[in-house]
Amino acid sequence: MEKKIRILIAKPGLDGHDRGAKIVARSLSDAGMEVIYTGLHQSPEQIVSAAIQEDVDGIGLSILSGAHMSHSQKVLNLLKERNAEDIFVFIGGIIPERDISELKEMGVAEIFTPGAESSEIIDFIQKRKNRTN
Amino acid sequence: MERKKTETLKEIRDKWEKDIQEKGIQERKSQFFTRSKIPVKRVYTPLDLEEKGFEYVKDLNLPGEYPYTRGIDPLMYRENLWLMGQYGGFGSAEETNQRYKYLLDQGITAFTIALDLPTQMGYDSDHPMAEGEVGKTGVAVNSLKDIEVIFDGIPLNAVKMIGTLANAIGPIALSWFMVLAKKQKVSPTSFMVFLQNEILKEHVARGAYFLPIEAGLKLNVDVLEYSAKNLPNWLPIQLSGYHFRDAGSNAVQEIAFTLANLITYVEETIKRGLHVDDFVPQFVTHFASNLDVFEEVAKFRAYRRLWARLMKERFKAKDPRTMKATMNIYTAGSNLTAQQPMNNIARVTAAALAGVLGGGQFIFLSSMDESYQTPSEEAAMLAIRTQQILAHELGLTETVDPLGGSYYVESLTTRIEEEVWEYLKKIESMGGAMVAIEQGFYQSEIAEASYQLQKEIENKERIVVGLNEFKIDEKPKIKPLRYDPDAEKKVVSSLKEFKKSRGNAAVKKALDEVKRAAEKNENLVPPTMEAVKAYATLGEISNVLRDVYGEVVEGKSYF
Repeated sequence: MEKKIRILIAKPGLDGHDRGAKIVARSLSDAGMEVIYTGLHQSPEQIVSAAIQEDVDGIGLSILSGAHMSHSQKVLNLLKERNAEDIFVFIGGIIPERDISELKEMGVAEIFTPGAESSEIIDFIQKRKNRTN
Repeated sequence: MERKKTETLKEIRDKWEKDIQEKGIQERKSQFFTRSKIPVKRVYTPLDLEEKGFEYVKDLNLPGEYPYTRGIDPLMYRENLWLMGQYGGFGSAEETNQRYKYLLDQGITAFTIALDLPTQMGYDSDHPMAEGEVGKTGVAVNSLKDIEVIFDGIPLNAVKMIGTLANAIGPIALSWFMVLAKKQKVSPTSFMVFLQNEILKEHVARGAYFLPIEAGLKLNVDVLEYSAKNLPNWLPIQLSGYHFRDAGSNAVQEIAFTLANLITYVEETIKRGLHVDDFVPQFVTHFASNLDVFEEVAKFRAYRRLWARLMKERFKAKDPRTMKATMNIYTAGSNLTAQQPMNNIARVTAAALAGVLGGGQFIFLSSMDESYQTPSEEAAMLAIRTQQILAHELGLTETVDPLGGSYYVESLTTRIEEEVWEYLKKIESMGGAMVAIEQGFYQSEIAEASYQLQKEIENKERIVVGLNEFKIDEKPKIKPLRYDPDAEKKVVSSLKEFKKSRGNAAVKKALDEVKRAAEKNENLVPPTMEAVKAYATLGEISNVLRDVYGEVVEGKSYF
């Protein structure tokens, strides 16, 4: 039997708006994935530890506060430090066009902005997973 | 005679329904619902009210009369228009000061101070959790010093009303304005502070908390008790339904959870030896206004009736002011789209219309661009102008409660009230609001409603113009926040300088007193005021509270 895709949905920093994070978590779960949602106010260390401990395939960061550059960089650095670069990182949030290419260069696999549908996110994860298998 | 007339109406209606069936007229959808999934009939008649046992005087009465369904004042907007507000403002204390001086020159005398997230959650700007967040969603206030800078050259009595959130830091925020008033030699009764000071909803939506829920509630109630005794013209709490709605709740949940929280605040404050008439007249409710205009109007009217009945019947209020729900209505930001943002002008106008027809006391409009950036000045101006057009050009303000008596709106009002009582019974049986929140009841109800709404949008049962239908080829124009990356460094270094420059012995003494009072379960407003006066920082005072009460342990959450 094929192992289910495992995803950690995380809310880094102090921003507490998690309507989107919860909707994505539920949509991925309904699409047959194993989903863990960290809850609010997570530090990058907590997120990376949880990701490794839960043996996830990918981390979805939900960031609406404008602090996406520093949070994403820290999560990616920690994954590298802990030899867990195989875990891919995607972001959902209010991300300016200007920052998208920079985030991708940094190593973020995909960025979803307002209006993205859950099917796009599911497709992305499934393709990404197939690529690494 | 009366009876005969009604029977005739029933016959006429039955025949009308039969005709439609016989002719096989197809409707566009198999079922019709409000936005909150309340079933909607083809047409409403006096029969619908009669079936519910509707009685005009008992259920509506005249405006300004119990149960205040038609409005809390007899003349409403014929006497005074609603207060028009505009939320915003961020950057450094100095920039905020410049902005306020400009606004005062323009004749604007009600300000809101948007605080950054670290300030809202009891972290100084130099705390590791604050990194990257300083000055982002508002101004960083580390101590009284920053408040002095913000109001430099601005006497507090020249500002009629100052609003700020302060949900987790109520006693500290109250102290800022009390101490500054003393320093400016201005009487605290000559201006009004409008605090949100409502932690229960933060544990459900938005998340600006740092203490365990019970401790957070104690701080809120300290502010309510202190204000009732010393600051009767201040507004020390905004019961908040807005946040539930923006987190995806429906209209019924929005007011049901707000009222369940209200009951907890009232009961906790009564435990301090006060009667409802001593403090509830200072309460304000903060609601979202959504897009289903009739449902929203019904929601606001049902809320007034529920509030009045709760206060009179359950809490034995005698003062009519206690029974009147004052509402601060914001158009819901979550309905705006980043796609074709000009469309948001129409959405905001419709939501604001519902707020006006619903009889709000304060109305704030979203800016059309706020779903993807900090509002531009142009968009903020447009929001103000929209309010003025509603107030002066549309004829909405000429009579009180113009939708009162609409068979549909009255049916919805009654239906919403019934559903809310059901929720209140359920929450009561769980042990009250705090237990229901700790058990995740509100959260799971809201998550379910929010997920269903999203699914409806994705499968196009619900059309959102420009988002899932009527699209154009465009990329959302999300602009970076106007944010200076060096600003955080400047705030942090000036905080460090400041800590060196003040009298640290006095700070320590004052903080020890906060600790002692917290351990003895005393009201924390007086010792907090002394600590603020001694220039203890927000983070230092909050850390004392963390020591005494512990911190919230975050962890895996259901969805």
